[in-house]
Amino acid sequence: MVKVLFFAGLREALGAASESLALPAGIATAGALRDHLAARGQAWGALASMKNLRVAVNQRMVGLDAAVKDGDEVAFFPPVTGG
Amino acid sequence: MSVSVQQADFDAGAEIAALSAGREDVGAVASFVGLVRADKQAGAGADAAPSVRAMSLEHYPGMTEKALQAIVEEARGRWDICGVRVIHRVGRLVPGDRIVFVAVASAHRGEAFAACEFIMDYLKTRAPFWKKEETAAGGRWVDARESDDHAAGRWEATKQNG
Repeated sequence: MVKVLFFAGLREALGAASESLALPAGIATAGALRDHLAARGQAWGALASMKNLRVAVNQRMVGLDAAVKDGDEVAFFPPVTGG
Repeated sequence: MSVSVQQADFDAGAEIAALSAGREDVGAVASFVGLVRADKQAGAGADAAPSVRAMSLEHYPGMTEKALQAIVEEARGRWDICGVRVIHRVGRLVPGDRIVFVAVASAHRGEAFAACEFIMDYLKTRAPFWKKEETAAGGRWVDARESDDHAAGRWEATKQNG
């Protein structure tokens, strides 16, 4: 299983803050997981259309090409705006 | 603990004093306090968009603390620093409220000023916080600013040259 988290405007667009799912066969990167979720259609398309989507794997910001494996925590979110 | 993410307000004076309490090697403490501004969103005068009545700060619990700690560690690697304190508030804040505090203690002012600015610039682009503004017209997620990326990028160049 992987735990997937969504934050801020993306969380609102998807109407979901988190979910756990079995990592589908053939999904080995954060980008592939993003595409897999976006393919659900409707609101999930926001994952593909959001400009400058950011991703963190196991609470470290990484690129969409970063590896994802069973047991990981993967978070998708818009560019950060703290401070 | 040098990094805190909290709803509660902070006492900047007390935090600054704590950085040099009981030490004789600190010659400088530089600090920064960020506040909520009642910005007009666009336009001017009667055409202006509604001003910000409040702001909600969302974050990624767990990662936020790690990201801030990593930024502090990177600053410690770049400058000779005696102590660092970072506080970022979350939850609902109104104009005039303090949001963020960064203070750096060092032997000399150069390191303290530079490290304080570095930590703020990296916090702006690397720590997982998101602001949502509340106006009379409704809520609106704040867009990331390119100028913040540029500010953080300046330090990348510094690192390569150094």
